[in-house]
Amino acid sequence: MILKIKQFVIFTTVLLLISCKEEKTTLKKINGKEIPITDSIPEVDSIANFITPYRKRINQVLDSTLAYAPKNITKTDGEFNTTAGNLMADAVLELTAPIFKSRTKNNLDFVLLNSGGIRSVISKGNISARTAYEIMPFDNTVVVVSLKGKAIREMVKYLITSKKAHPIAGLQIIIDKNDSIKEVNIQGKPFDENKTYYVATSDYLIKGGDHMDFFKDHISATDTGYMIRNVMIDYFTKLDTIAPLIDDRFIKIED
Amino acid sequence: MTMNRRKFISNTTATSAFISLGGLSLNSCALNTQKKITILHTNDVHSHIDTFSETHSKFPNLGGVAKRASLVDSIRKENPNTLLFDAGDIFQGTPYFNFYGGELEFKLMSMLKYDAATIGNHDFDNGIEGLVSQLPYAKFQFISANYDFSNTIMDGHTKPYEIYIVDGIKIGVYGVGIELDGLVTKKLYKETLYLDPLEIAQDIEQKLKEDEKCDIIICLSHLGYEYQSHKIDDLKLAKQTKFTNLIIGGHTHTFLDKPTVVKNNNHTNVLVNQVGCFGVNLGKINFYFDSEKNIVADGISITV
Repeated sequence: MILKIKQFVIFTTVLLLISCKEEKTTLKKINGKEIPITDSIPEVDSIANFITPYRKRINQVLDSTLAYAPKNITKTDGEFNTTAGNLMADAVLELTAPIFKSRTKNNLDFVLLNSGGIRSVISKGNISARTAYEIMPFDNTVVVVSLKGKAIREMVKYLITSKKAHPIAGLQIIIDKNDSIKEVNIQGKPFDENKTYYVATSDYLIKGGDHMDFFKDHISATDTGYMIRNVMIDYFTKLDTIAPLIDDRFIKIED
Repeated sequence: MTMNRRKFISNTTATSAFISLGGLSLNSCALNTQKKITILHTNDVHSHIDTFSETHSKFPNLGGVAKRASLVDSIRKENPNTLLFDAGDIFQGTPYFNFYGGELEFKLMSMLKYDAATIGNHDFDNGIEGLVSQLPYAKFQFISANYDFSNTIMDGHTKPYEIYIVDGIKIGVYGVGIELDGLVTKKLYKETLYLDPLEIAQDIEQKLKEDEKCDIIICLSHLGYEYQSHKIDDLKLAKQTKFTNLIIGGHTHTFLDKPTVVKNNNHTNVLVNQVGCFGVNLGKINFYFDSEKNIVADGISITV
C-alpha cells in the first residue's frame, strides 16, 4: 500500500512538473522607475581600482603647467572685445594660417569665433592643458571658408547688432555712437566688397550655430581637422606668459 | 530542489508525504508560472566614468561607473533574471575619451556585464575606424537595425536584433539610430547608410512577435524622445508600432519623472523611457509574467 502511494506520488509529481513546464506564461504587469546613482551607493573596489591608472595618466598630462596668466582672462571684461575672446581668436589666426597656407597656397585673412564657444574663465596663475579643456570642452575644429564681400558685409552687420563680443582677429570694426560703420579693415587694409576673403571659424558655426547665416554663403570650405582646444594647448605651449589685452579691433567712437 | 523533495518523500510516512508533496507541487507550479524579468538601462553616458564633484552645478556627487556597478550587482542579486542595456552615445564628453578613444568605456561596460548597446551619433566621433578599433574591448553586442554598414569596416560587427532567453522568457531586442547627416560629418561615418527607422522597426517587431514568438520586445533607440517637427522620435515610434513593449531611448538627454506610457497602433500600452545623461541614473523596468489562466481580461497593467 505504502509503495503504491509512493508510486502514485512520484507519478503525479512528474505529471505536475510536466504540466507546469508546458503551461504558457503571459506578460501580465510592467513597472518601471529610475534609480539615481547617489553618493550613498558604495563603489565596487575592483572597478574603481581599474579606473585609477587611467585617471592618473590623464591628470599627469592635463595638470602639467604650460604657461602662466598674470591676470584673470574672461569673455566679459570688455564690451566689443574681451581678453578671452582676443586670446582665442589670436591663437587660431596665428596657428591656423601656416597650415592653411601650406595646404591651399592661400592666405588666411581673419578669424571669427563665437562668444558662446568660450566655456570658462582662465584664472590668474598656472595654465595647463586642463585649462584648454575647460574653456573648450567641445571637439570643434577650425574650418576656413572663402566668403564674398557681400557675406562679409552681412557678418559685420551681425557683429554690430549681436551685442556680444564674438572673438575676432585680423578684422577691425570701428563704429560711431549710432552704431554706424566708420571703418572696416581686414589685415590692416580697408575692406573691399569686391574681394573674396578667407575666414577661419569653427565647424559649429558653419553648420548654422548661433545663426551666423552669412557662413552658409561660403564659396569653399577647408576643414583643417585642427581642434580649437588643441590650438589653445599648442598656443599655451608656445608662449610662456598669456596676457591678452583689450584693444581697438572692435571699438565704438563716441564723439 | 528536486533532490530535497525526493529525500523528503523517502524519509516520511506515505500519507503526510502525499499531503506535503501536494502543497509543494502546487507551490512549485506557481513559482514556475510567475516570473519576473528586470531590464536595466543607461543612455548618453558620454564617457562620464567618475562621479561628478561635490561642487558641480548640475549633478553634484552623482554618477560614477564604480557606483553603477554595485547598484547593478545588488539588483542582479535580487533578481538574476536581469538584462543590462545602453541606448548609445557611450563616447565623448570627458578627457577619458580624448585620451583613450573609448577603450575604458567599453572595458568598464564589459566588466559591468552589459548585454548590448545601440549606436549613438557621438559614437562616430573618432570616425568609423575609431569605433571599430575599440570593438575588441567590448564584450557585449552592438544592436543596430537601420544603419547599413555593409560598405564600411563596421560590416559584420552589429546585429539588427538579438534574442535573449531568460528564465524561459523570450526577449527580442532591436536597435534604431538617428539620421547622421547634419549631426556627424560624412568623413566620420563614411558609407554608413541611414534607413528609415520606423519601417525597419515595424518589420523587425513583426518578425520578433510572429516568427520568433518573443514574449517581450524591446527597442534600443538613439532617435530622441520628442521633436515638435515630423522628425521621427521615440513617442512617434511607440504610437506607430504594434508589438514593441518598451522603448529605451537616448540622444535628447531627457530626464523623465517616470517612464511615459503611450498607446501603440494596437491600442495597447508601450513604455518609453530615458534616464537623462552622463550616467547619473539607472533605468529599471520589471516585466511580470503569470500563467495564461491568471491573466485578467484587460491585458497588461502598467504602473509607473
